[in-house]
Amino acid sequence: MAQLTFREAIARGIAQEMRRDDSVVLLGEDVAAAGGVFKGTVGLLEEFGPRRVRDTPISEQAILGAAMGAAMTGLRPIAEIMFSDFFAVCWDILANEIAKSRYMTDGQLTFPLVVRSGNGGGLRFGAQHSQSVENWAMMIPGLKVVVPSTPADVVGLLAAAVRDDDPVVFLEAKALYPTKGDVPEGEVVDTLGTARVLRSGSDATLVALGLMVPRALAAAAELAESGVDCTVIDVRSLVPLDTATILREVTATGRLFTVEENPRLCGWGAEVASIVADEVFYDLDGPIVRITTPHIPLPAADALEDLAIPSVERIVTTVAKSMNA
Amino acid sequence: MTTTTNARTEVATRLALYRTQVALRQFEQRAYDLFLENLVKGTSHLSLGQEAIAAGFAAAMRSDDWTFATYRGHAHTLARGVPMTPVLAELLGRDNGLMGGKGGSMHLTSVEHGVMGSYAIIGAHLPIACGAAWSAQYRGTQQVAVCFFGDGTVNIGAFHEALNFAAIWSLPVVFVCENNQWMEYTRTSDVTAVARPAADRASAYGLAPIVVDGNDADAVYEVAVVALARARAGEGPSLIEAETYRHGGHSRADPGKYRPDEEVAAWLAKDPIVRYRARLLDAGVAEAQLAQIEGEVAGEVERATTEAKAGAAPGEDRLMSNVWADGGSSWRN
Repeated sequence: MAQLTFREAIARGIAQEMRRDDSVVLLGEDVAAAGGVFKGTVGLLEEFGPRRVRDTPISEQAILGAAMGAAMTGLRPIAEIMFSDFFAVCWDILANEIAKSRYMTDGQLTFPLVVRSGNGGGLRFGAQHSQSVENWAMMIPGLKVVVPSTPADVVGLLAAAVRDDDPVVFLEAKALYPTKGDVPEGEVVDTLGTARVLRSGSDATLVALGLMVPRALAAAAELAESGVDCTVIDVRSLVPLDTATILREVTATGRLFTVEENPRLCGWGAEVASIVADEVFYDLDGPIVRITTPHIPLPAADALEDLAIPSVERIVTTVAKSMNA
Repeated sequence: MTTTTNARTEVATRLALYRTQVALRQFEQRAYDLFLENLVKGTSHLSLGQEAIAAGFAAAMRSDDWTFATYRGHAHTLARGVPMTPVLAELLGRDNGLMGGKGGSMHLTSVEHGVMGSYAIIGAHLPIACGAAWSAQYRGTQQVAVCFFGDGTVNIGAFHEALNFAAIWSLPVVFVCENNQWMEYTRTSDVTAVARPAADRASAYGLAPIVVDGNDADAVYEVAVVALARARAGEGPSLIEAETYRHGGHSRADPGKYRPDEEVAAWLAKDPIVRYRARLLDAGVAEAQLAQIEGEVAGEVERATTEAKAGAAPGEDRLMSNVWADGGSSWRN
């Protein structure tokens, strides 16, 4: 068992897959010589050389287009889009081309590719470099969406994403890059579409994703001190979505709270709330509550960003108030 | 302007070029007739008048080379050898369509023939073709990606990203701008900063400006041979501007009335098939041989029409299949 940072786990996961399979290649802005602007790809150029680890121009359409064309002809590319906000400048390739071409060709084409991207807030980068865009990707049929919250999950889910024959959007919470965690020695391979129950309680179920997972866990610890015993689920994968685990745990506690970094409207939690309301409504003991960033562009100032993104304190207050209502 | 030296093109190749052009012409005319009968729903974009480009390139390509086409892609699909029946059935939305009716006219794809898709968002397929070319380069297969697009495409960002990308990575990709003079309903020169939309941009990517008479299948074939050889030799991409004209409007809904009559007449006089037929006769090919080709193609179109019309409507199994590589569409457990 080794202790790795979240950012070191990225390079570890990519290296694990590149050693195993020569068809795995990496491209993106500053991913090679510089080792990534977030230092997520350090050492890969040195180990695998410039044939497999390639710097690109600032051309996001070219990056994703190249990944798509390579994937449909036998490679398994990992493309990095530096900030997920930049999906907006290559959305045609991702949403119109990569996502739909298998369906439109009735299965003639296959796209085994991974689009990695730094996602979310906490770094005071302002409205165009801090967005949580998981719901952008989630709403497009044909894209899988994976969001790890620990270094071990980074390695295992990245390996699963690379080995998957479908396009996977792999979102790395930027605020988690310096966090540390244990990663098992040897090959680590996880399974897409599996949520993880991190803590079991009897009173309420908190369902969280990415950066919100450690905050939900911290909130649950505080709530336990005041007598509210929470289950915490790390969703890990929005598409495919492990509804079985969510429904089971919500049924057991009778209450659902989603903890989402994205702005309010159409966040992934709304879909989870809808499924729970449709399928286990009569097992609920109280209203479904969504804890999200308000429906605003993210501000840059630290004081304002901290007010916007759900904090441990806001999760605790919201859950306690609702449970005591 | 690249000149043609017709003698270099063998007679067998030229007869094949003629047959392909006639097939594309007759197919598109039938497709148009079927629109008028309301059997083709949605939109469609015909290549009438632009057949020489598709035919010339397809004849020069290796069978494992890749075609990337636009929504005006019927001709490029058929030119690679895809049978008429599944293409026509796809236009008609039938279960025996090339993609089971799920793609339609604008997305014709036949991977087994190297037709890696027809792309309906302007510019998108240029970077995608780069990716295929990168894959060929990486694996050392000497395959080439040939990417066709219209003159309007040179003004969208993806064009610039793809051309630069192909140049810096020396990718085996051939970009072919089919300059049909009109960007949808607007004259291309009214909305483009340079006179030759593709060729005048070539120097920005360190490429030679290549312009070819796109209504001359021999000229196109010769330019294609050179560009494909260059790509296969590892010398990088080419950007070719093929001058042509669409005989009809932009799409099904467009009669093309914005174009001056004299301009249309001048280009009709340069009809690639009429010219090519005359050239073959001049070269000593018998009238009867050309008539036989035309007759055979007509029979093929008739058969395809009958078979396509006989196709069933696709059902729910098609609807919910092949979102994912496992063949299904499930997003939850």
